[in-house]
Amino acid sequence: MKYLVMIHSNARFQERWEGLSDAERADFGHAHLRLRDELAASGELVAAEALADPGLARRVTRTDGRTAPVAPGGDGPFAETKEHLAGFLLVDVVGEERAIEIAGRVPDAVWGLVEVRPVLDMSQWDG
Amino acid sequence: MSGVEPVETALRELAPAVLGVLVRRHRDFDACEDALQDALLAASRSWPVDGRPANPTGWLVTTATRRLVETWRRDAARRRRESDDAARAVPPGDPAPGRDDTLALLVLCCHPALTPPAQVALTLRAVGGLTTAEIARGLLVPEATVAQRISRAKARIAAAGARFAEPSPAEREARLPAVLEILYRIYTEGHTASAGEDLQRPDLGAEAIRLARQLHGGWPGHGEVTGLLALVLLTDARRPARVRADGALVPLAEQDRRRWDRAAIAEGVALLEGVLPVAEPGPFQVQAAIAAVHDEAPTAEETDWHQILGLYGVLEVLAPSPVVTLNRIVALAMVEGPRAGLERLDDLAPRLEGHHRVDAVRAHLLERVGERAAAVAAYRRAAQRTLSGPEQRYLARRAAALA
Repeated sequence: MKYLVMIHSNARFQERWEGLSDAERADFGHAHLRLRDELAASGELVAAEALADPGLARRVTRTDGRTAPVAPGGDGPFAETKEHLAGFLLVDVVGEERAIEIAGRVPDAVWGLVEVRPVLDMSQWDG
Repeated sequence: MSGVEPVETALRELAPAVLGVLVRRHRDFDACEDALQDALLAASRSWPVDGRPANPTGWLVTTATRRLVETWRRDAARRRRESDDAARAVPPGDPAPGRDDTLALLVLCCHPALTPPAQVALTLRAVGGLTTAEIARGLLVPEATVAQRISRAKARIAAAGARFAEPSPAEREARLPAVLEILYRIYTEGHTASAGEDLQRPDLGAEAIRLARQLHGGWPGHGEVTGLLALVLLTDARRPARVRADGALVPLAEQDRRRWDRAAIAEGVALLEGVLPVAEPGPFQVQAAIAAVHDEAPTAEETDWHQILGLYGVLEVLAPSPVVTLNRIVALAMVEGPRAGLERLDDLAPRLEGHHRVDAVRAHLLERVGERAAAVAAYRRAAQRTLSGPEQRYLARRAAALA
């Protein structure tokens, strides 16, 4: 079963982050790396990435067959977004319990910013 | 896997026997398995050019053994053992594959210290003879993920002190359910619907059938081994009708039955008829019997739901689970009507609540009694809760059609 472990961020998180000592920030980063290494070693990691600043996001629309990327901050619905995706882990694990256990080990979970979502399985159905 | 297909197939048939000989002789499962992979690769390159050797098993054992010796020579820590192993390395005449090597390997690969995903990966490689890259494409995960899964699994087996040995009859019976479970899991993992053939993707469904056949070859009269082979054949028989051209899965009741594989159905039914009267009953035989009843119905309307209801009753005793209970309620509703089904669903609600298929079954039954609004709501709830992509699309379509 694949699960996407989403790490969210928001303005309050930024404030808390800035309030941390250098040592605390280093611990945070090391905990991320450790988790990633462990999941790679156990054969559960499919992909893991940290995303660049949401200010660099481009909303894409397609009209009359032409693609038009729009920068955020304009009139788009994303301008009001308070929470954004900061990174993710895609894992392939035994079941939801294990996915939740992994999510709980993401350092950001202490601030309640981690979410687990099952990936739709395109094979399992015998209607 | 194009023009050399027959060689690849032959190699995979030989893989468990060769690995059995290697592990019995040299013990180190991890190193032997790596050496086997090298030998299989060498054979897939040279056999199509030079022709197949007179003794293919012997060729593979000799080639793998040379690789093992090369590895040991490089390994300074093993220098002291090297001369002994090199002496043992030259096979005296024909290597004799053990009769139960396939099962012994399956038992080792399905070791209880391993998680099911690890058991699947290791089985496909050590018993199925697939490469790490092929397994990765089959399971839709990166190659590095599969490589780690396999090496971690081998390390776990070594740490658990598991040994490769022909299982005693008592061990065989104790470990067989886990082995059958993993083979069935490989079958369902390979069941993915896709529009068009993905030629790069190995057919794990066909691989599971092949492994089930190999296991059955060793135990032709065993009830559950036969039951598993019959189940995968009877399920696979519907495959040609299971996927529409656009990749959407077609539910059983709507499938074009003329496209079902009659030969596979006949084989599955014959297998079942051979064991059902004599073998101890088990969940795979009962599930195969249910699949056979579906496969033998000329139309969905002519399905013998009385028999299916009875079989689910048996399955609920042998292997109780919420899914089995739900399927029994579906059968009951076909026999006694949708109202009876809805009543049973309400009775069992506390035990089944939270299971995603409850809403789907309820929606179907509500639709049949004509409660459209309630049916639409139940279809939508079911669509929100399912983890299956094709089922989600199907349920959303039903909701839209009724709304």
